[in-house]
Amino acid sequence: MNRVSKHFSLALAGLLAVTAVAGDLKIGVAEALTGGAAQYGVPIRNGFQLAADEINAKGGVNGNKLVLVIEDEQGKKEEAINVFKKLIFQDKVLMIFGPTLSNSMFAAGPVANAAKVVAFGTSNTANGITEVGPYVFRNSVMESDVLPVTVSTAVKHYKIKKVAVIYGNDDAFTKSGYDVFKKVLEDQKIPVTTTETYVKGDVDFKAQLTKIKASNPDAIICSGLAEEAANIIVQARGLGLKVPFIGGNGFNSPKMFEVSKTAGEGTFVGSPWANTNPNAANQHFVAAYKAKYSTEPNQFAAQAYDAMTIAAAALKTVKITGNLPADRQAIQEALPKVSITGATGPFKFRQAAPKDGKPSGYDADQKPFIYVIRDGKFVLFTGK
Amino acid sequence: MLEQQLINALTLGSVYALFALGFTLVFGVLEVINLSHGAVFMVGAYAAMTAVTRFHAPLGVGILAALLVSGLLGLTIDALILRRLRARKAPHLIPMIATLGVTTMVTSAAQGLFGVEVQRFPEAMLPTGEFVFGEVHLRTLELGIVAVAFLLMALLFGVMRYTRQGRALRAIAESPKAAALLGINVEGLFMLTSFSAAALGGVAGVLIGLDFNAVTPMMGAPILHKGIAVVILGGMGDIRGALFGGLFLGFAEVLSKAYLSSQMGDAVAFGLLFLILLVRPVGLFGRVLERKA
Repeated sequence: MNRVSKHFSLALAGLLAVTAVAGDLKIGVAEALTGGAAQYGVPIRNGFQLAADEINAKGGVNGNKLVLVIEDEQGKKEEAINVFKKLIFQDKVLMIFGPTLSNSMFAAGPVANAAKVVAFGTSNTANGITEVGPYVFRNSVMESDVLPVTVSTAVKHYKIKKVAVIYGNDDAFTKSGYDVFKKVLEDQKIPVTTTETYVKGDVDFKAQLTKIKASNPDAIICSGLAEEAANIIVQARGLGLKVPFIGGNGFNSPKMFEVSKTAGEGTFVGSPWANTNPNAANQHFVAAYKAKYSTEPNQFAAQAYDAMTIAAAALKTVKITGNLPADRQAIQEALPKVSITGATGPFKFRQAAPKDGKPSGYDADQKPFIYVIRDGKFVLFTGK
Repeated sequence: MLEQQLINALTLGSVYALFALGFTLVFGVLEVINLSHGAVFMVGAYAAMTAVTRFHAPLGVGILAALLVSGLLGLTIDALILRRLRARKAPHLIPMIATLGVTTMVTSAAQGLFGVEVQRFPEAMLPTGEFVFGEVHLRTLELGIVAVAFLLMALLFGVMRYTRQGRALRAIAESPKAAALLGINVEGLFMLTSFSAAALGGVAGVLIGLDFNAVTPMMGAPILHKGIAVVILGGMGDIRGALFGGLFLGFAEVLSKAYLSSQMGDAVAFGLLFLILLVRPVGLFGRVLERKA
């Protein structure tokens, strides 16, 4: 009996050794696959998987296959740290994609940075993320690049004189969106009638919205996640508040329409990706995604898809030696030099300003697209 | 704006009161702080959701399903846990912790069964009418919530005051032992109470799910905290107390959001609660506790 189980475990060990081929490029993926943030995390994982499968089908990177180690960080800071540690120390991945939320990157980014492993966020748009350190990268466009364009476009279109603001004040992502909005409104000299807040998990926004209604704004600026934002819009319409909304990045989710239906008509949103963008890489991505997952891709899937392409381009220039710390370092050095045209258009990195004299990581250097919601769909805004 | 805020406050307060009603009933009769009431509330919302989306039942049937499913869950919790603890004369803290455990189990089960994402009643199901008086908007849905809350409270109040069962329940609240000696079927009434309280909680779950257009496995937790505050404020075990406590909390929250700052809603509401309890430690309608000793 003992001998049998010994043989069995030996055989098993042999089997395990075979599956991890020396030439494989192990890449960690830490995204929120369950929980409230799963609506962002799942399309992100799909985007990675699609890109990796395509690259592997074409023979991989310099003949080496991309192997994704996918972990669920549940959209929680604590879990993101755990998953990062597992990927870095146990799975010994070359680099990590994720986590999904900015909150989690603020928590887990320092772990990767200290271990000198690249943490590549594809959906973290809060300011200051890349100040964590030189190993933190992102191809998600920062809100401070998107929101000024969104606001000025909407202001011009609706002839907005004054706005009211509502935001979630206990979340890094929505709070950072608010900070950017506040600065943009100051820069563009647009008066704010009232600023209201809510906390994560709130479902009743009527008191705040009644107050906003009484302040008589021309538009409402909302920095919130799609779930809450949609409910805010629905409840605003229920109170007879008819002015248009201007949304932050959290609005970029099909969830918006599931909940708000037609209530969100006329809402302005900025996004780094447009599904109708005619460039070849994007058209190929949209078709391939639909074929593989039988659903429309969104911005988050597009950014993940591009991120994998960026990583593959960097890996192509790196000679993998098998010495893990050296390989990880080489990837960190190769990434900033990458420049591609992907589903989100032409992309390159730009190093963030150093913080406290220490070097920062790398942000996306990209132009946003502006959308308006019409007939319950995001429509690329063309000036009309 | 004030008129609209008063309507917002009335709806929110009615919802709190309706939730607190079942909570206070269980405490009044069984002398148990039933922390599973939030989970029972959430199960009610999902029962109605399932009836409406899976079996295409009309909303009325959905509410009935919530009433039954939540009621039966309350009965099961009583039969499996509370009755055993009663038989062993467990001290007050034990059923409280036990029902906290029930909450964790039921919430996790709901997460497994229905997923963690926010679900919504189909839009076509919702009553869409609204009354507009100048700047004030009152949706039929909100009117319905206030009406149902007050109706159920009046019904419960009437039953407790004027019927045989009500008198028996009050006798039990006074002393279960004496009530049993008088020939009252104490265990039977305990079961009836557990069922009714949970059924009320289930209905509250549907109404809130409808009003705020959001049903999640976690929806019981915040309302449970508010419910506890309402019951303490109104006086533990008092039905009028649940009504007034609920309305008080609703008005305090909405008006402080409206006239102070939206960050201050809970701070002001709970600050006032604290001040009232300093003056009246037994709550607004609380009976003097010494009598029970």
